[in-house]
Amino acid sequence: MSFITRGFSGRGRERDDRLPPGQTLVEDWPVLSAGVTPQIDPEDWSFEITDETGTEHRWNWDQMQALGLEDITVDIHCVTHWSKLGMSWRGVSLDKVFENVESEYDYVMAHSYGGYTTNIPLDDLLDGKAWIAFEANGEPLDPEHGGPVRLLVPHLYFWKSAKWLRGMTMMPTDDPGFWEQSGYHIHGDPWLEERYW
Amino acid sequence: MRRPASWHVATVTEVAAETPTARRIVLDVPTWPGNDAGSHLDIRLTAPDGYQAQRSYSIASAGEGTRVVLAVDEVPGGEVSPFLVHELSVGDQVELHGPLGAFFVWRAPEQGDTMPAPVQLIAGGSGVVPLYAMLSAHAAAGDATEFRLLYSVRTPADVFFRQELDALMGVDYIYTRQTPEGWPSPAGRITREALAAAALPAERSPRIFVCGPTPFVETVANWLVELGHPTTSIRTERFGGS
Repeated sequence: MSFITRGFSGRGRERDDRLPPGQTLVEDWPVLSAGVTPQIDPEDWSFEITDETGTEHRWNWDQMQALGLEDITVDIHCVTHWSKLGMSWRGVSLDKVFENVESEYDYVMAHSYGGYTTNIPLDDLLDGKAWIAFEANGEPLDPEHGGPVRLLVPHLYFWKSAKWLRGMTMMPTDDPGFWEQSGYHIHGDPWLEERYW
Repeated sequence: MRRPASWHVATVTEVAAETPTARRIVLDVPTWPGNDAGSHLDIRLTAPDGYQAQRSYSIASAGEGTRVVLAVDEVPGGEVSPFLVHELSVGDQVELHGPLGAFFVWRAPEQGDTMPAPVQLIAGGSGVVPLYAMLSAHAAAGDATEFRLLYSVRTPADVFFRQELDALMGVDYIYTRQTPEGWPSPAGRITREALAAAALPAERSPRIFVCGPTPFVETVANWLVELGHPTTSIRTERFGGS
């Protein structure tokens, strides 16, 4: 139903084919958070996965990093129409984290310090698609960007990459998290423009 | 109540200078379902060769009806805001998607709600737009909840909705570059002390909405927590990078 906007020419003719539809390249790193930025000391940080038996698998800072840090370069896409390309990150693959977690459930609710939640199918977290991230651009993650530890799921809109990550709960169904209950898409694939429902 | 977001065609009915760098744009959107105070929308522009650009803007109006008001500050060197501020004219049509956002919104208390908490709004620059929507929705509802706005702005000329705000009680200004003549304090950035003096205290358990550039919101929200406000009472909306 689109029509030409009178007088609009736009700039971005040499569009980078790494940009999904409706996205604009940014050089800085915008911050989107719904509330106060939690301040978490790495010494106090821990991460746990709760499965259907109620068993908690827990890692502290050193135990998580001991699973093996990887350097990765990925593009990130925010639902508010900005993307950053070729960002360097350092984190632990969720494949390693889930190696010792037995669950029949196919969905995950990620939880953050501060109360944020977001739902993700397990398939979107495994096979080298997601990380528990400690650093971006060669620096420890700033609190406003989710430090000390955030989830990194770069193939989905970035609200899925929960800041201030503290745990995950296995779920039998894809129940909506914080933004998903407020009108954002249950899945969030930027290439399909799964922004809102 | 959730209002489903969808695509709409909007026609510009009025444009007016809001400040030296910002413009008020009034749109008629026949299919608009109304919007909560504080919500936002996406604008999509299409060039003759099919190139498209989309941006999100807070909505300055609220409630039922097909009249949607935006106040857009020009981002120098930007792609969309200079077009909206300088080129868009009455009669032009644009595509909108919305209304969006169900968290950074204020809704009038329902009848029977007991003693709703007072509301403190804190704006940095053009972050006043969704907060102004809340102020005017509150006034339009004849709601008795106490509302205050603390507005940090560069100079008197940069104040959005000046006339409308002058007609409301409970608006405090902090001028960061230049003050009006005879202003009791020199121009300067907000301080923790100024925030503590102007904002409703934690003992009154206000609901707080903060909107502005990222560094402003980070600073103010952290101070609010230090001043004893629970994090659950503070909602934020940020723009720009860090």
